[in-house]
Amino acid sequence: MTGFLTLFYKEMLRFSKVFFQTVAAPVVTALLYLLVFASTFKGHAQILPGIPYVAFLVPGLMMMSMIQNAFANSSSSLIQSKITGNLIFVLLSPLSAVEFCLAFVGAAVVRALIVAVGVYAAAIAFIVVPIRHPVFLVLFGVLGSGALAALGLVAGIWAERFDQLAGFQNFVVMPLSFLSGVFYSLRALPPFWREVSRINPLLYMIDGFRYGFFGTADVPPAVSLTIVAGFFALVSGLALLLVSRGYRLRN
Amino acid sequence: MRAASDAITVTGLHKHFGRVYALRGIDVQVGQGEFFGLLGPNGAGKSTLINILAGLTHADSGQARICGHDVVSDYRAARRALGVVPQEIVFDPFFSVREVLAIQAGYFGMKGEENRRWREELLETLMLADKGDANMRSLSGGMKRRVLIAQALVHKPRVVILDEPTAGVDVELRTSLWTFARRLHAEGHTIVLTTHYLEEAELLCNRIAIMKDGCIAALDTKEALLRRALRKTLCVTVEEVVGDLPEALAAKVRRREAHSLEFSLQKGSDSIPAVLEALRTAGYTVVDIATDQADLEQVFLELTRGAA
Repeated sequence: MTGFLTLFYKEMLRFSKVFFQTVAAPVVTALLYLLVFASTFKGHAQILPGIPYVAFLVPGLMMMSMIQNAFANSSSSLIQSKITGNLIFVLLSPLSAVEFCLAFVGAAVVRALIVAVGVYAAAIAFIVVPIRHPVFLVLFGVLGSGALAALGLVAGIWAERFDQLAGFQNFVVMPLSFLSGVFYSLRALPPFWREVSRINPLLYMIDGFRYGFFGTADVPPAVSLTIVAGFFALVSGLALLLVSRGYRLRN
Repeated sequence: MRAASDAITVTGLHKHFGRVYALRGIDVQVGQGEFFGLLGPNGAGKSTLINILAGLTHADSGQARICGHDVVSDYRAARRALGVVPQEIVFDPFFSVREVLAIQAGYFGMKGEENRRWREELLETLMLADKGDANMRSLSGGMKRRVLIAQALVHKPRVVILDEPTAGVDVELRTSLWTFARRLHAEGHTIVLTTHYLEEAELLCNRIAIMKDGCIAALDTKEALLRRALRKTLCVTVEEVVGDLPEALAAKVRRREAHSLEFSLQKGSDSIPAVLEALRTAGYTVVDIATDQADLEQVFLELTRGAA
């Protein structure tokens, strides 16, 4: 247990030492999106009844920041340790595969939650964003960022070079997070693209997270929660399998 | 077969990477409290063997145990008993020396004041006390290497593997590392040393394994290995200027100068008195002789030379 807590603490210490890069920068980026989209679409039709567009954007931007930062934290920490060789200190320790995965995923979730709280705290200085179902917020926040943190672990294990990881981030995670309903409702899409969007698991994270704020969603929240939990279980299971087999870690 | 309480027990270890066989059925036992040398040319399989012991590489078949604990099925106990100083200088650039040591100790559950004092003692012993709060990036190569040693010892392992600890370090640091290794050994640690500096192994180790092509080419006490040297050297100074020599003698000459000859003799078949007698018969007056004892380098070269 102490070993797990130490690795968890070390991973949090790592990102807190570069706080401006890991927390402040994504908060500012999310606020810039908010500023640009809010001023561009000011006065346009509401997407959800009774909710200004700028308020509609906030949960999506929070979740998108969580998704991207959870992935970035676990994947970059692992690949840096792998490439610089200092991962050996963890591999030489008596930590189990479960402890290893939990520590990396846990620290990434903490970073994601801090970023989300930062975005929310900054946003409510300008806009009213009510919270209707806090339990759903926590569930979708933790499971969603946990899933992406586990995916980051998988990508960090798989990638042998920084550009491979950047490819995964830019060609998989980034498009999926942008095309997951951050800026629009599923209902606004043409039928074909609506159906295509449904295969994107990140859509359910954002839709469910938004339900936590406004109490309304495109997909029933129980369905979204089941899909997000399933995705989390699937990716975590894969990460655990790779770590326990030592794939590209212990040759 | 040695006792079950051996520090390291390796039986029938095989490992291949693609078509390259790194280990071809290794059997080694290292007793508790030994200072054991692991030698071999590059690619002999030393690092693969160490990595399997440390759990960094999975063996294809065979067993490895640290203090009786299997490195796969009982990996937690095996890793607690083992400290490894890696060959490459690696470090985490995010942390200070004290943070690095505290984190490493934490992985092994070594918390509390007593363990903190042990870490401070390690810093003192390894002459790093004034660098405790410095970031790892700011340290010199020698200091980073000493931090690696401290990291390997934070959990007080019974068995310590030093994988080429003195490669590329200056003479002063090398000497201080030897002193430190001797001290660890005197305190009861089992030490396994891999090195390319044969005089280092000769100076420190009680027992030595020489690896070649994934096999153990020799495994014996240092003294027994030295006795294995196949050749010995005889230097003879003669009164006369060296000229023609009988054919049988000339074949054994390795070097000649005006008044001296250096013979390379085959152990067992060539005798020193016979060479001296042959010289006298050829008309030379021997005024001085000297013999050279075999060193480990000679044994190493004889055992590892030749076709694979």
